[in-house]
Amino acid sequence: MSTITAGAGAGRGAPQADLETRSGSTARTAAIRVSGLGKRFGDGGPVVLDGIDLAVQPGEFVCLLGASGCGKSTLLSIVAGLETPTTGSVEVADGGAAVMFQDASLLPWLTARRNVELALRLGGSGLTRAGRRARALELLDVVNLADAAEKRPHELSGGMRQRVALARALAQDRPVLLMDEPFAALDAITRDLLHEELERVWRETGRTIVFVTHNVREAARLGQRVLLMSSRPGRIVNEWTIADEGPRRIESPQVGRLSIEITEQLRREIRRNAA
Amino acid sequence: MPHDILPTTAGRVASAGERIETQPAGRVAPEARIETQPAGRVAPEARIETQPAGGLDTPLRGSSTDEGETSPRPKGKSDDLRALESGLDALQTDARTRRPWWRRTLAGALPPIVLVVLLIAAWQAYTVIAAPRPDLAPGPLDVAAALGQSWEDGRLQLAIATSLERGILGFLIAIAIGTPLGLLLAEWGLLRRALGPLLSGLQVLPSVAWVPAAIIWFGLSDATVYFVVLMGAVPSIANGLVAGIAQVPPQLRRVGTVLGASRWQLATSVVVPAALPGYVAGLKQGWAFSWRSLMAAEIIAFGGTIGFGLGSMLQQSRDLADLAGALGTILVILTIGVIIELLVFAPIERGLLRRRGLTGASA
Repeated sequence: MSTITAGAGAGRGAPQADLETRSGSTARTAAIRVSGLGKRFGDGGPVVLDGIDLAVQPGEFVCLLGASGCGKSTLLSIVAGLETPTTGSVEVADGGAAVMFQDASLLPWLTARRNVELALRLGGSGLTRAGRRARALELLDVVNLADAAEKRPHELSGGMRQRVALARALAQDRPVLLMDEPFAALDAITRDLLHEELERVWRETGRTIVFVTHNVREAARLGQRVLLMSSRPGRIVNEWTIADEGPRRIESPQVGRLSIEITEQLRREIRRNAA
Repeated sequence: MPHDILPTTAGRVASAGERIETQPAGRVAPEARIETQPAGRVAPEARIETQPAGGLDTPLRGSSTDEGETSPRPKGKSDDLRALESGLDALQTDARTRRPWWRRTLAGALPPIVLVVLLIAAWQAYTVIAAPRPDLAPGPLDVAAALGQSWEDGRLQLAIATSLERGILGFLIAIAIGTPLGLLLAEWGLLRRALGPLLSGLQVLPSVAWVPAAIIWFGLSDATVYFVVLMGAVPSIANGLVAGIAQVPPQLRRVGTVLGASRWQLATSVVVPAALPGYVAGLKQGWAFSWRSLMAAEIIAFGGTIGFGLGSMLQQSRDLADLAGALGTILVILTIGVIIELLVFAPIERGLLRRRGLTGASA
């Protein structure tokens, strides 16, 4: 476990062993554990996050849902180690987290394959150049992009770029995958396909996924657990656990019913800010 | 009843305390449960309760090709997704074939060549029709004759070789100084704030202004020429690199960090490659300043141990009141500048921009 704590010198600290391991099957070591987390930008700035407690089990698919500006992306950045919390602590399972952003953020001068290879090289995979090349092609095949390996990002569609980004995130070979509205900029048809693709990858690789979105149906479609965040300050106000009985469709009545329920509470939370 | 109908219609929604049951009549299907929990509590084990009923396997969404398959994830399913994805990829990308290189070269080279030929023809027509004094307005043929004469003397070859050697050597030294200086400025904010305005000021100052001082310091030697060239080129190269690095999108740095890059790896694998277009623009400007400064220095600093360059040849033509020779030398200086731009910088810049999907002005 690597720990990020608030205060001076905050950063990924020394490993903490046996923090969560207890005998028995009910309590496993969480992949991510956030306790009492608060975030405030600058002294006297607005409180962005307040009292966030969260535990994500290994292999779990959690969707973090909230209106724009509720701090869900900030929370994800803190878990990713890109920002430090003001109060509280974050622990991430050994190996750390890979991150996917809303724009694919591929390096524009590298081909799809070289982008994936870069993650293998920087991530310290220990592979030789030829090994990295072979592994990168394998990973691109996982997202069905083997044919586009030698294309550069500007030659790919938005959906293809996000799949390269997914392959790159998988190349990091980390147990946790953090996704910050990765499909928000895509058209509905492409997004629908990428939901299936992501779900398939999740089932095959057993990654722990935290998926940030402002799309209620997307959350209800993908997550095993949906966490609803309020705005100003960002708090987790409710959570829904969804029975996982295999892939769901976004237009299924189950997703629809859950979406209605979540949307109603989301609107109540938003209305509260009007006063 | 075909089991490709959505199974998830059968499910229970339960929310904090109350329990709603929705069981569509006449449907045998697994039981799904949605639970709402108060925030902060985690109960991952209280999740799935699926009871396959009536011999039906957990059905999947999708097409009737699943009929008869017993596996919850039939192979056909993922092939289906692959085909869908490939179809969408094909729709969303346009395969643009590039024209063959000779057609691109022709399309790029033809307009300027035609223009030059037209200008020369107009010039020749003017000399033939208006018949001005040849010593005040020589025609293209006079200029060509003057150049031919200096070629026969061997002065032209000597001047081109001397100037090119100095220009290129001076430019390479400027790169060797300007690049580390630019990197230092980009990485060290305090130094950038202190030295940045000074460097921009040096860029504005015509480097010819250094010639008198340089002659006093170094005499009429090659050192004078190189000093002036460096004062012209180094600020451009350093500033180009600083600007290139400043324009690297912060998101790319974040990505590098997320991918686990060390500070050194971030610089070599992300920041410097991302800054290359700005750096090359700086180099191009640096070359232009080198070449101009060199000519100015050669015209002013004449004699001594300074060799015979194109600038010296220009100065010599002035002394001899040889306008055809002077115009010819100007054309040679111009042509060398254009050739270096076309053969060296344009291809590098075009390649950089094309790889990044930016069709720049030079495309």
